[in-house]
Amino acid sequence: MSATLAQEVSGTPSGVPVYELTRVSKTYARNLVVALDDVSLTLRKGSFTSVIGSSGCGKSTLLKIMAGLIPPTKGRVILQGRPVTGPRRDIGMMFQQATLFPWKTAVQNIVLPIEIRDGKAAAKAALEKAHELMDIVGLKGFENVYPNELSGGMAQRTSICRMLITEPAVLLLDEPFSALDELSRDMMNMELQRICREQDATAFLVTHSIQEAVILSDEVVVMKPRPGRIAEIVKVDLPRPRTLHMMTTPEFGDIVDYIRSLLDKGEDM
Amino acid sequence: MNRSDDNDGQDTVWVQEVAFIDSVPRWAAMSFVFLVFIGTWQLVTGLGLVSPIILPTPWETLEDMIFVGQNLLTGGYMLGALWITIKEVIYGFALAIAIGFSLGVLVGETAFGEKAVMPYLVAIDTMPKVAFAPLFVAWLGFDIDSKVALAAFIATFPIVVGTAAGLHSADENARMLFKTMGASRWQTLIKMKLPTGLPQIFTGLKIGAVGVMAGAITGEFLGGGRGFGELIRVAASQLNTPRVFSLILYLSLVGLALYALVTWTQRKVVFWHKERVGAHDA
Ligand SMILES: Nc1ncnc2c1ncn2[C@@H]1O[C@H](COP(=O)(O)OP(=O)(O)OP(=O)(O)O)[C@@H](O)[C@H]1O
Ligand SMILES: [Mg+2]
Repeated sequence: MSATLAQEVSGTPSGVPVYELTRVSKTYARNLVVALDDVSLTLRKGSFTSVIGSSGCGKSTLLKIMAGLIPPTKGRVILQGRPVTGPRRDIGMMFQQATLFPWKTAVQNIVLPIEIRDGKAAAKAALEKAHELMDIVGLKGFENVYPNELSGGMAQRTSICRMLITEPAVLLLDEPFSALDELSRDMMNMELQRICREQDATAFLVTHSIQEAVILSDEVVVMKPRPGRIAEIVKVDLPRPRTLHMMTTPEFGDIVDYIRSLLDKGEDM
Repeated sequence: MNRSDDNDGQDTVWVQEVAFIDSVPRWAAMSFVFLVFIGTWQLVTGLGLVSPIILPTPWETLEDMIFVGQNLLTGGYMLGALWITIKEVIYGFALAIAIGFSLGVLVGETAFGEKAVMPYLVAIDTMPKVAFAPLFVAWLGFDIDSKVALAAFIATFPIVVGTAAGLHSADENARMLFKTMGASRWQTLIKMKLPTGLPQIFTGLKIGAVGVMAGAITGEFLGGGRGFGELIRVAASQLNTPRVFSLILYLSLVGLALYALVTWTQRKVVFWHKERVGAHDA
């Protein structure tokens, strides 16, 4: 079994800690649902981590707390040495829906974060960079197209560019490609891997697909529900860069099986 | 179309049937209805089934329309009356947009507006607003002010509702996205909520445009003055039915023009939002 079991990230000195979550809990005041209970997690620079777990086990809640969108009830979230107390510039976020604004062209959508933070002039100055990003994700020639003329995959690529334009240190991804078909999804995942390596970004991905989690990640955080907590953090020791071909190897299959068994156990509880 | 032309010796088993109405152009279908309408009208009046005082013949109406049209084109007294009504409509609509939009933002954007102001708006909206006409006359006199007020009063509510609904229409993801970008409340309103809500805002404006017309004319019926509504009232009191008919038709052109103006603006402004014209349009 190539999966090393560890309750917390053991001292793999692969990079300095970027995110440090200590004993984070969240109880929604509205309905007293305990969405997260005592979650501790460390993300290292340049690492790729996935979270997997049944629906309602608090994955999105965890992501929102990390992004500074909602405060935790208890616990600490430190990003690059500073506590997270609200939305931050060094965080890039992406959701299941591309959420492009139909009155803006693709490239205008991409520079929107700059426009919001630094004004119209800065956004104009960032256009060139937006063009480069679009080139990287294969959207050359679609700069001035409105979102309703983009396919689902193209729209998600546009929103990747929007996330990257501010050069965030960490990428928080909440099932970003689950609305896509399997083929485009595999492609987008490989794209994502490449971008993360190029920019040396730290990525944190919420997914429902064990395969997707394993092929992309250095570590897979397996969560169990009611209350949401970490069941186990599974290391993935496949070589990098990953290729889709690796999905056929026995090592890959072992890890997938192991995670599935963890998830099945979670269901029984 | 499922019709296959190269059916080498084989019968086509399934041919898409085109409903007859789908093969008729819109103008033809509309002309048909128009002709049926005029024909029935002619039949009913020509056979003397109704008294000419109640319903003039189409021809009499057309004659009067030509007369009124000449008066309007040559700058006769009717043009002055029409101009007064148009002014009431324009001022009333402008006022309704200003007040309706402001209230809509207050109600749609602030918790205070939604909690404390909206209930009153709903209460007033359920009242028969025309009943306020005598009050407006008492407060503002018999001149156009009282008509402008009534027209604006009627048109304001749909604009409030449209604006508030529009501001609420942005989805959770868009809100979260703006939050992650660190957008201020003002930026979120201007750059996201307002543009997202424009289709609903324009729906409110269109309903308002219809209401403003009704408000102006009702104001003239109940509060006198020298507008087009007064001409209609006088013609009706003289049992000059053809005149009433032709005045109403000219007046409806004004309403139509206002409605078209709003629709045109909507197409220009909300260019990304393709509105379905009809369920059967392909
Ligand atoms: N805004 C909220 N107010 C109250 N309860 C909430 C809120 N958001 C989530 N919850 C509750 O918290 C729990 C965790 O929700 P969360 O959205 O984090 O789950 P998830 O793991 O992302 O699920 P999924 O895989 O379906 O996206 C659920 O029981 C949910 O009902
Ligand atoms: Mg979720």
